[in-house]
Amino acid sequence: MRGHREAIGVAVVVAALIVAPLGQGNYIAYLLCSWLMLAIAAMGLNLTLGYAGRISLAQASFIGIGAYATSIVTLAHYPWVLGMAVGVVLCFVVGLLLGFPALRVRGHYLAFVTLAFNSLFFLVARNEDWLTGGTYGLSGMPRPRIGPVSTSGQLAFYYFTLAVALLAAVVLRLIVRSPWGRAFKALRENEVRAESLGLDVRRLTLLAFAIGSAYGGLAGAIEAPLVQYIDPGSFDVVQSLSLLLMVVVGGLGEFWGPVLGSAVAVLLPEALRVTAAYYLMLYAIAVILLMTRCPGGLIGLARRIAARPARRRGAAVS
Amino acid sequence: MAQFLQVLLSGLATGSIYALAAVGFSLVWQAAQAVNFAQGEFVMLPAFLVLIGEHWLHWPLWAALLFGFALSILLLGLAFKRLIVQPFGPDGGLPLVIATMALSILLKEAVKTFYGAEAEPFPSLLPNGTFHVGGAVVSVRDVLNLLAALAVVLLLTLFLDRTKTGRQMQAAAQNPGVAEILGVDVARMTLYAFLLNAALAAVASFLITPVYLAKFSNGESLGIVAFIAAIIGGFNRIRGALVGGLLIGVLDNLTATYVTLSYRAALPLVLLIAVILWRPQGLLGDEEARIV
Repeated sequence: MRGHREAIGVAVVVAALIVAPLGQGNYIAYLLCSWLMLAIAAMGLNLTLGYAGRISLAQASFIGIGAYATSIVTLAHYPWVLGMAVGVVLCFVVGLLLGFPALRVRGHYLAFVTLAFNSLFFLVARNEDWLTGGTYGLSGMPRPRIGPVSTSGQLAFYYFTLAVALLAAVVLRLIVRSPWGRAFKALRENEVRAESLGLDVRRLTLLAFAIGSAYGGLAGAIEAPLVQYIDPGSFDVVQSLSLLLMVVVGGLGEFWGPVLGSAVAVLLPEALRVTAAYYLMLYAIAVILLMTRCPGGLIGLARRIAARPARRRGAAVS
Repeated sequence: MAQFLQVLLSGLATGSIYALAAVGFSLVWQAAQAVNFAQGEFVMLPAFLVLIGEHWLHWPLWAALLFGFALSILLLGLAFKRLIVQPFGPDGGLPLVIATMALSILLKEAVKTFYGAEAEPFPSLLPNGTFHVGGAVVSVRDVLNLLAALAVVLLLTLFLDRTKTGRQMQAAAQNPGVAEILGVDVARMTLYAFLLNAALAAVASFLITPVYLAKFSNGESLGIVAFIAAIIGGFNRIRGALVGGLLIGVLDNLTATYVTLSYRAALPLVLLIAVILWRPQGLLGDEEARIV
C-alpha cells in the first residue's frame, strides 16, 4: 500500500518536473538544474551518512574532482560521457581511500579527517595551476551532445540533467533495497551485531564511502557544463557543510530527504527574494528551530504530522 | 637566526589566540558533548559588539569593551546554552552540530547586514612598537598578546584545579551521574563551562581583531583552526588545547617563511589527519579520558 502511494507520488513529481520549466525562461531552468545537481551529491552523502552512519565532510571535494575531470576531458574535445566516467571512477577510488580512516575512527574525529581532506583538495586545486587553472579556474566547458542532439540550450540541458538525476535515483534505490543497502543500515545501527551476523564491516564501510563519493563525482560532471566555469572556491569546506545541512534538514537516512533538503536550500532563496538580505538569517533560524523541535528533518516532520490523526483514531478505538 | 626568532615569536603570538578559542571549544565539548561549529563566529562577534558600543552608542572605549564583554557572555554563553544546546538534551548528536552550523551562518549574516560587510579597524588595546633582541625585531604587541593569552589559560587552569567550583566543574564533566549524587549542581557547572567559553572567545576577539581588522567572515578560518588545535593537543585537556594552538601558530609561520607559501595551510591539516589516525587522544591527552 505504501509502496503504491510512493509510486504515484514519484510519478506526479516527475510529471511536475517535466512541465516546471516550460515557459519560465532560462533562469528557472538553470535553478532547477542546480537543485538536481546538488540533490545527486546529497543523495550520495545520505548513503554514506544516513544509511551507513559514516560522516563525511568532504562531499564538495568530490563534486570538485568530478567537475575538474569533466572540464579537463571536455575542454580537450573528448565527449562528456568520457569525462563523467573519468570523474566518477576517480571519485570512487579516492572515496575508497578516504574510507580507510573510517575503519579506525568514528563520529567527530571522522568528520575532522574528511574536513581536512576537503581543505587539502582546495589547496591543491588552488595551487596546481597547470591542471586546474588555479584561482582563475576553468571556463568554457561545452555542453554534452547526445547523438545529433545538442544540449546547449538551457531547457535541453535541464531535461538532460533531469534524466541523469532520475537514473542516479533509480540506481541508488536499487542499492538501498539490495542486500548491500540493508547491510549498510545494519552497520549504522549496531556494528558489532552486523559483524557477528557475518557482514564484512570493513568492505561495507569502504563501499559506503566509495559509492557516496562517486555520486559527488556525478554531480560535478553536471556542474561543469551547467555553470561553464569552475574555481576552487566552489568546492571548499563551506560547500561540504552546506551539503551536510541539506541532508540532515531533509531527513537523515530517508531516501527522499536529500532531494527535499537541497530543494529548500536552492529554491527557497528565490521564494524569499522579497526579504532580500534577511533570507540567509531566516533560513538559519528555520534550520535551528527545525533541528531543536524535530531532529528527523523535514521528512521526519511530515511523518509526525501524518501520524498524528492515526494515533488519535487509534486512541478512539481503544 | 634573528629571522627565525621573529617568525617563532609571531607564530607563538597568533598561536596563543588560537589556543584561547581552542580551550573554550574543548570546555564546551567536555561539559555538554557539543561540537560548536560556530566557535569561529564566537571570536568574530565580540569585536563588533565593542564597535557598536563605540560608534552607535558613542561610549568611551572602556565602556564599550565592558559592554561587548558582558553582552558576549550573555549571548554566546547563556543564550547559546539555553536556546540552542539545551533543547537537544544530553546527546544532541548530528542535529546539534547542524544547529551550530546554522548559528554560524546567522551570526555572520547578522553582522554583515546590520553592521557592514567591510573590514573595520578595531582599537588596539596594547601599545604598538618594536624592540630588538639579539638582532631580531620583536613586536611589543606580539609579546603582550602571548603573555595575556598565557595568563588567561594559567588562571583558568588554576581555577579548575584549585577552587571548589573548578573541581566541581571537572566532576560534572567527567561523570555527571556520580557528581549529581555527590551533591554537585551539574546543570550549573555546565552553564559555567558555556560562560567561560564565551569569556575566552571575547578575550581572543579583543586580542586578535586589532591585528586582522574586524570583518564578518573572520570566523571562517579561525573556527577550523580552533578545532584542529583542540584535537591535535588532546580534546580532553586544557593544556592540550594550549599546546595545539601554539604549535599550529608556529608551524604555520615557519612553513610560510621557510618551505612554501602556497601550501602553508596544508601542514596543520596533515598533522591533524596523522594525529587522529595514530594518536586520537591527542598529543597531550591521556588514553583514558581525563576530562577538563
